[in-house]
Amino acid sequence: MTARQKRIVFIILGLCAVAGSSVMITKAMQSNLAYLYAPETVLAGEVPENKLIRVGGLVKKGSLKRSDTSLDLSFVLTDNRGNEVTVTYDRILPDLFKEEQSAVVRGKLNSDKVMIAEEVLAKHDAEYMPEELKDVLKKEHAPAPDKTTEVTY
Amino acid sequence: MLPEIGHFALVLALVVAIVQSVFPILGAATNNAQWIALAKPTARAQLLCLIVSFACLTASFLISDFSVLYVASNSNTLMPTIYKVSAVWGAHEGSLLLWVLILAVWAYLVSVFSKGISAVMLARVLSVMGMIGVGFLLFTLMTSNPFERLFPIPLEGKTLNPLLQDPGLAIHPPMLYMGYVGFSVAFAFAIAAMLGGKLDAAWARWARPWTNIAWVFLTIGIALGSWWAYYELGWGGWWFWDPVENASLMPWLVGTALIHSLAVTEKRAAFKSWTVLLAIFAFSLSLLGTFLVRSGVLTSVHAFASDPERGLFILIFLILVVGSSLLLYAFRAPKLKSTGTFDLVSREMGLLVNNIALIAMTVTVLLGTLYPLFVDSLGGGKISVGPPYFNTLSIPLGAVLASAMGFGLFLRWKKDKPERVFSKVRWVLLVALVTAFLVPILLMDFFDIKAVLGVFLASWVSLTALLWVQEQGRSPFKLPLAVWGASIAHIGFAVMVAGITLTSVYSTEKDVRLVQGQNYEMSGYSFLFNGVKEIQGPNYIAQRGEIVVTRGSESIVTLHPEKRNYGQDTMPMTEAGIDGGFFRDLFVALGEPLGNDAWSVRIYHKPVVNWVWLGAALMSLGGLFAAFDKRYRRVRRREEKPVVQQPTKSDVKEAVA
Repeated sequence: MTARQKRIVFIILGLCAVAGSSVMITKAMQSNLAYLYAPETVLAGEVPENKLIRVGGLVKKGSLKRSDTSLDLSFVLTDNRGNEVTVTYDRILPDLFKEEQSAVVRGKLNSDKVMIAEEVLAKHDAEYMPEELKDVLKKEHAPAPDKTTEVTY
Repeated sequence: MLPEIGHFALVLALVVAIVQSVFPILGAATNNAQWIALAKPTARAQLLCLIVSFACLTASFLISDFSVLYVASNSNTLMPTIYKVSAVWGAHEGSLLLWVLILAVWAYLVSVFSKGISAVMLARVLSVMGMIGVGFLLFTLMTSNPFERLFPIPLEGKTLNPLLQDPGLAIHPPMLYMGYVGFSVAFAFAIAAMLGGKLDAAWARWARPWTNIAWVFLTIGIALGSWWAYYELGWGGWWFWDPVENASLMPWLVGTALIHSLAVTEKRAAFKSWTVLLAIFAFSLSLLGTFLVRSGVLTSVHAFASDPERGLFILIFLILVVGSSLLLYAFRAPKLKSTGTFDLVSREMGLLVNNIALIAMTVTVLLGTLYPLFVDSLGGGKISVGPPYFNTLSIPLGAVLASAMGFGLFLRWKKDKPERVFSKVRWVLLVALVTAFLVPILLMDFFDIKAVLGVFLASWVSLTALLWVQEQGRSPFKLPLAVWGASIAHIGFAVMVAGITLTSVYSTEKDVRLVQGQNYEMSGYSFLFNGVKEIQGPNYIAQRGEIVVTRGSESIVTLHPEKRNYGQDTMPMTEAGIDGGFFRDLFVALGEPLGNDAWSVRIYHKPVVNWVWLGAALMSLGGLFAAFDKRYRRVRRREEKPVVQQPTKSDVKEAVA
């Protein structure tokens, strides 16, 4: 092989590697992105069913119900404007999960608009609501419930 | 008084750092010997100032001086002494002080172990490190002074984040920082070499041991973090593709590529400009890591302290560092002619594949971590990228990397014949294939193609590494440390691959509801739940469960998972009960009380999970061996006395290694 041919082979191999990894990255990214929605958007029917999504909100007071025989449980995510989404889950809730506190749920929405959760996240910080959740709730026309100033609701 | 001394020493360190970053480098440019000579004393004076400053802060913690805001926010009199010390770097301000202290330690070490380096080069290197120091000292003093006073003085302090009250995490940040900051040495060497306009094999040879040591610390730091997440977060996972974890993984991946690329630059005078670029990126990604963790731009399960203003400062600093070094690179790179040519089948090619795979992994992680931020800033909504994204991509890339690792060791520099290499490794290939099918069939519960792939790659990499040592044809005790280092590090990688694959495929994880006296069967083990009692710890109250594990009639172990409460509005902590072993871990953790003596309990059976960290430990050991190879010292001596030496046996060995 001449030096010129060698260089061409190197360039072709390099281009193949770049193209291959770009395709792989794009594909993997597309199938694993999860958008974060507020309860209001879910109720408005703007959220795809049976697709991995995240829903964030406040856990409604008194809404946590547990089965007597297994770990099955359900609770309601709400904003402060009466939009409510029911969540079902069958694993252990995180330590910071509490009623009237914020939580983000990852999972799929079924046709009855019930969220079947694969993962429940309550932030590893006792004081604040996650920034991204604050933003999403804020977008829905009303001020976000700010935990630090809120007394009752 | 102590805090004032500490604060003063910190300001003094900044002044010294400014002198260190200005004069030696100007001296090198203008040939002013006196200015050049300032490099060593200023680097040492800076370390002294920072030691004084750090000691003052530590002392304030030990005597619980709550007039210092930082002490009052992160410590109280009830905390055990070890956590009072680790609380020094337990939050933002102190961890920055640790960062600059470690930078000064590295600069000091460079100034001590620099016998073979010309004074001009050393002046440039230390100046560049001084500049980084100036940036971080300014940052500390302007936005996050750890010595700020608090008035009125509280009687009792708050507490260190309970998550951090753990021996593993006490040493995790120093290790990680040693790694992050250690890459500043290779970075400074690269910049200095570009400034001098001489990018020959010499700079690569100097940078190699330093890069290795930094990489070793980073490996240990990441592994400790992962191990801690496993037993302390109570989820039983060891890697979450969390942005903060990714932030430390990226410099590691590029650092690994750098180690291999430096070898080519030193031995074969090829990859010259590429190596310089990697050195720049390894350190830039370390800075990016610091930025991501400290700025709060990321929603992470463990984004601790966060403050957008601080983030802005680091972002500007990051842009300055990356921008100026890339600019310098743009001017110098065209002059860097790689003289070493190589064929399609050659060791250079093997190392090129290694570099491409590692960089592709870095890009994958970088995109997955930053893409959500990017979309959000464009108003595209809040998205998160799930772990499957990272897993899907790292499996094929890891497979490419591992395949190349086996061949690479046997390839000759410059030009090799595929048949020659193949004839050496064909038996290994066969044995690895057979093992890959036998392990899942004979030792595991079920057959799985992913397990076959993982075991195959692990056996392939480890067996070729062993065969390679044997091929050297010398007594194992006479082999250069670098040979052992490479072999052990490769075996470590193999052990880790085996651990990751088998534990991912064969773990059984169940969350169950258990009433006192109830039994649960899993993977042949029986877990008997004996209820929960309340106990009092040194600075916490805990709910302590008792779970008796038996297998058939054989009693295995009694585990005591805990749910701890450290008071002061902190979150409850889950302390898992783990029976660790070489072949499997039994992991139990308490969930929450469900009423009527019932608790939710996590019960996991995780085969060979410890191999993940064992592999990391072996890799670190390998890196350490390679860094202390005696040829780095011998080269220094030779440069001191330019006497022509007879080629020794190890010179011949070098040509091979």
